[in-house]
Amino acid sequence: MQLTVWTYEGPPHVGAMRIATGMTGVHFVLHAPQGDTYADLLFTMIERRGERPPVTYTTFQARDLGKDTAELLQSAIRDANDRFKPQALLVGASCTAELIQDDPAGLAKALNLDIPVINLELPSYSRKENWGAAETFYALVRTLADTSVERAPLAGRRPVANLIGPSALGFRHRDDIVEITRLLASIGVDVGVCAPMRSSPADLKRLGAADFNVLMYPETGDTAVRWLAKTFRQPTVRTVPIGYGATCDFLREVAAITGADADAVIAANASRLPWYSRSVDSTYLTGKRVFIFGDATHAIAAARVAKEEFGFEVVGLGCYNREFARDVRDAAKTFGIEALISDDYLEVEAAIAAAAPELVLGTQMERHIAKRLRIPCAVISAPVHVQDFPARYSPQMGFEGANVLFDSWVHPLVMGLEEHLLVMFRDDFEFNDAAGASHLGGHGAAAIPDAANDADAPQSVEAVLAASEIVWLPDAARELNKIPFFVRGKARRNTEKFASERGLAAINVETLYDAKSHFAR
Amino acid sequence: MNAVLPIIAEKPAAAPGSADGLPVLRERGQREVFCGLTGIIWLHRKIQDAFFLVVGSRTCAHLLQSAAGVMVFAEPRFATAIIEERDLAGLADANEELDRVVDRLLERRPEIKLLFLVGSCPSEVIKLDLSRAATRLEVKHAPDVRILNYSGSGIETTFTQGEDACLASLVPSMPVSTDASKQLMPKQLMVVGSLPDIVEDQFRRIFAEMGIPAVFTLPPRKAADLPTLGANTRFLLAQPFLGDTARALENRGAVHLPALFPFGAEGTTAWLKAAADEFGIDPALFTKVVAPGRERAQRGIARHRAQLAGKRIFFFPDSQLEVPLARYLANELGMIPIEVGTPYLHRAHLAAELAALPAGTQLSEGQDVDRQLDRCRAAKPDIAVCGLGLANPLERVGITTKWSIELVFSPVHGFDQAGDLAELFARPLNRRERLAV
Repeated sequence: MQLTVWTYEGPPHVGAMRIATGMTGVHFVLHAPQGDTYADLLFTMIERRGERPPVTYTTFQARDLGKDTAELLQSAIRDANDRFKPQALLVGASCTAELIQDDPAGLAKALNLDIPVINLELPSYSRKENWGAAETFYALVRTLADTSVERAPLAGRRPVANLIGPSALGFRHRDDIVEITRLLASIGVDVGVCAPMRSSPADLKRLGAADFNVLMYPETGDTAVRWLAKTFRQPTVRTVPIGYGATCDFLREVAAITGADADAVIAANASRLPWYSRSVDSTYLTGKRVFIFGDATHAIAAARVAKEEFGFEVVGLGCYNREFARDVRDAAKTFGIEALISDDYLEVEAAIAAAAPELVLGTQMERHIAKRLRIPCAVISAPVHVQDFPARYSPQMGFEGANVLFDSWVHPLVMGLEEHLLVMFRDDFEFNDAAGASHLGGHGAAAIPDAANDADAPQSVEAVLAASEIVWLPDAARELNKIPFFVRGKARRNTEKFASERGLAAINVETLYDAKSHFAR
Repeated sequence: MNAVLPIIAEKPAAAPGSADGLPVLRERGQREVFCGLTGIIWLHRKIQDAFFLVVGSRTCAHLLQSAAGVMVFAEPRFATAIIEERDLAGLADANEELDRVVDRLLERRPEIKLLFLVGSCPSEVIKLDLSRAATRLEVKHAPDVRILNYSGSGIETTFTQGEDACLASLVPSMPVSTDASKQLMPKQLMVVGSLPDIVEDQFRRIFAEMGIPAVFTLPPRKAADLPTLGANTRFLLAQPFLGDTARALENRGAVHLPALFPFGAEGTTAWLKAAADEFGIDPALFTKVVAPGRERAQRGIARHRAQLAGKRIFFFPDSQLEVPLARYLANELGMIPIEVGTPYLHRAHLAAELAALPAGTQLSEGQDVDRQLDRCRAAKPDIAVCGLGLANPLERVGITTKWSIELVFSPVHGFDQAGDLAELFARPLNRRERLAV
């Protein structure tokens, strides 16, 4: 048993729902008790969908157990088929139904429906949401893709690529599809099938007709794309085009397959990130310590962007999906750090606190952690929140995605000029730093504690110092108070660490500045 | 002390029926309702030193997280012990694992005084005996922590029944209110069902003014404040979904005071009156005490009457509050309930409510969500009350909705919330009128 407060991933059947909901013409019959219907709200409330997910739950009860749960499943399949008339049907069991072992596959087969019925094995007690999504998509592709498709020779026509991986409830998948479609068009490539999102079973039939596959999200698409590569001898473009550099690499990888001129496309691009990063006002970004956590794909991509395109120092890198742990470990090595592979929210919180970063790039969970630790944070990955479905066009991928990254990562930071002003005017009575930074919603955001966490309320320097184990002499405490609020906590921790390592009983002004020179980078 | 109760009595399926002369459509198909675990979201805020440990699957943890909407709390007073593959290998191991998880939890959160082990669908199916586990663990952690158990599983409970099961599990621990001269113990009033503190305090003030002192509440705000219980206990139900809790209290001699539920000016007055009559309060005093609140309630309601009167309302089954709310909206705001769906119709506790509904109101019990959606779309109500999974799909086809979950999370009981309650229904209609996009 695992003690869990918050989870990064849902159970595998939620992954299956993300596939079915992203597609059209598919219906999913889930053998599950009524409580599992909560999953509908993920799609209707978080993603704000105007249709219910195409899922029928059998909603069996205790009184059905051992009697007619099997019959219930069969009638649910029959009714769903009659009502929704799907092109293909998925049948699976959630965690509880898995235990009662009703054999959904056999029961579905016995109905002799005239559409493909795909049975899903979703081991709820060992696997999670992303795995469930990947397996479901793979099962659909394997069953539905027409293996007799012949590809026309490439000569004399535009090459065609499939986009693999986007699903319902994905982090900016909606906009990434648009951006990658444009990007491919700019290098002369048409999109064949985009799947699972925006495809139907009929579309999956013609997956083999494309010249190559673009694996946008390995978490959901890797298993299927490997099968496609093997079955149809289709090359796979694996560079995930998040960030300016990765987008250029992506175009080069595509060009290597199609023979197009990537450099011309790169030269013609309009991304503002390279220049904005070089602009002198961005100097303050140099060496900012950043902690990155998310799904493996987004975390690895963010780490490269952070280092190469923002000039940050990556002090933490990790992911919650163990299936891709090796990739994250390899990436972490290149930054000279140890990867954090964990789906334990409290462990992630402890790691962030220990690393004391100046910026966190994470999921909605890290946003909460960062808020408590009073560290700026930008969200880069699922699990998603209603805020991750902005009304405006806001991709993560491609050249426009790079622009979005620049804005959304810089936004939570105290801007460079503002930082100077704070230092210059910190004693000004109208500019007292307790007011918080303007970018955090004026005087509010930084100062308003979480409703339930009064302990997290910003405390006065006096209170904080009174609580520390080492005595702060009054002149040192006054000096500490002159340090701008956004680095004061770090200065205090460093000074206390410095003092305790040297066995000092009290901190005076000298100790403060000795510590500053000791920790200067 | 096994609180794994038979929650829903066996009902004949899909037979047309009636309740108090009202037509009842009984349906059995897909139900789109939360399970009883969801009650933890408000119960853990109510009992301030209690912790709820769900023994379940990743789905349970995901449900709590999704239903809670936002993760406001760093470490909330609930968590899930997620059953893993190896726990399924043998129950001995699962019990050992559970003990380990509880030890770790209590070590980390020493302020916990009451721990609920909450059963889930998987724990029920593998027959993990949480009542024995609670007994075993309580011995180990006595006297610091009391450990109880109940089931919030979706195979046995819907949504608000989780609170019923939780409160019922508290009843055996309630101290006996007897002494040597048993018969002479004065009557004690207890309000049963979790209410926001502010509402609870309003009721306390009203009872005190009438001269009914020391009103107990179940659940208490602190685990140590469990009310005493005995033949001198008289209880009012603040919520219509507490069938098992009421039965458990009655089994220990307490007497239920049937009344309308305290929604609206009328419901609140009737509810208070039931207690006043039982405690022999002078009718003139009663009228004097309730008059100011009643007038405030009527003023609050009047503000929304123009918006709501004559509007047709359709209830999808959700919290079991549907029948009392339909009565309030029909009688005090002039709305027309065209279907009142409820997961379960507790005929005894709802007797007064059913009698007060407009003649011919269509009730439905249970659910077949696809058919109900067909009926709703065909009926084109002015407003539909439904869960979060159905709201946006109905809005998309032009039907204004009210999320039912807000009705259990917001203060809606009593005189001073009667206007707010009306406003919850008026706001979506008001919004639709304002928007020109």
